Amino acid sequence: MMPAVRESTGVDPRDVLAALDEIADPEIPAVSIVEMGMIGGIDVEPARIRVELLPTFVGCPALEVIRDAVASGLGTFGLEVEVDVSFATPWTSDRISPAGREKLRRSGFAPPPHMGGSRALPMIDGGGPAAAPAVPCPYCGSVRTTLENVFGPTQCRSIRHCADCRQPFESFKPI
Amino acid sequence: MMNPTTAPETVARPADALAPPTRDALAELLLTMADDDFVSGFTDSEWTGIAPLLEEDVAISSISQDELGHARALYQLLAEVLADGRDEDAIAYDREPDEYRHARLLDHPRGDWADTIARRFLYELADEARLASIGPGFKPLADLVDKIRREERYHRMHVLAWIDRLAKGGAEPRRRLEAALLAQGLDAPSVFTPLEGEAELLEAAILTRSMAAAEAAWRADLTTILVPLGLGLPPSIEPTAAGRREHSDAFHRLWSEFTSVRRSEEGVTW
Repeated sequence: MMPAVRESTGVDPRDVLAALDEIADPEIPAVSIVEMGMIGGIDVEPARIRVELLPTFVGCPALEVIRDAVASGLGTFGLEVEVDVSFATPWTSDRISPAGREKLRRSGFAPPPHMGGSRALPMIDGGGPAAAPAVPCPYCGSVRTTLENVFGPTQCRSIRHCADCRQPFESFKPI
Repeated sequence: MMNPTTAPETVARPADALAPPTRDALAELLLTMADDDFVSGFTDSEWTGIAPLLEEDVAISSISQDELGHARALYQLLAEVLADGRDEDAIAYDREPDEYRHARLLDHPRGDWADTIARRFLYELADEARLASIGPGFKPLADLVDKIRREERYHRMHVLAWIDRLAKGGAEPRRRLEAALLAQGLDAPSVFTPLEGEAELLEAAILTRSMAAAEAAWRADLTTILVPLGLGLPPSIEPTAAGRREHSDAFHRLWSEFTSVRRSEEGVTW
């Protein structure tokens, strides 16, 4: 999902977006915060760049690290940088871009099933395994995977197991 | 400011638009919600490393982290509403034990696994009934609650799986669950202790229904889960103001632990 951008000064918001795309997610450095869908909007004002940052989870402990990285990453534009942590647009796992999903998979994390605006939990709700979408193993691609624990090592991840290559792996929680 | 010619901008805060009595009532609501999540998160985090199963250790730790995160976001909103110079850490850690406003249900010590599951079950469903009562009147809270409820779905699924497992798990687990539900059920209605400023909150559409109406919704929700399992509902007890003001010895011990770093040196941060 592309963040909304507004322009009113010499700084091109597209350059700001490109600079943000250089900032890695501290927990999964292969993916940028832009690819994770964490940028809600960019507002370039005469003396200030305002960035709306959407936390993946309310209590995400990486948030302060990301906020500092945005402030220093945009320092080269020579304007004041304001980072607003916002829930006005709720982050959902559908905001992860196609490029971000592919990079997650290559890093060994199964991307989340699409929510499509629903609040249902397709992996656990809705009448058992038949109704749950397959989550392919990021290592071998097999869809014979099972949910071992909906909670994982970070708030945004679950633990699954592949019956074919017999690897445990982490998958992103659909939210 | 990098550009000295720019006039300092006066930032309009959403809380400024509220009449003082409404703002006081909102502060009371935020404090009760935040203190509930904060104390619940700290108590349950004691299971990290000693939960009955490794997978459960991961789960309860993650849930506790979520609750503490929700508390932090609510304290941040409260800090903006109060605008008295305190930040979320000062509100969370620099109060005396009798200044906390969490519900008596959350005053119970960690106890055994059945105690924790019974308390989480009663609280998760009560919290959901309360979150479902938050209206659009104060947009920052409505936005935050929308986000929190997406996460709470996972907590509900987790605790319902455990209630089912303990209720059907044979004589000993069931006996412990029944005893825990009985003991904590007495204090569970304390989550719905009427707020002093409830009329103002309803008027401003910050709440869409009274705490009493939220409690009725909670009881209906409990009924659909407990009755099929042959388990009893918590007794109907009129909540009194004391339910959020008088705290147990167990809470005093928890308080001395969670404030210990903060009290060790003035202004200390992690």
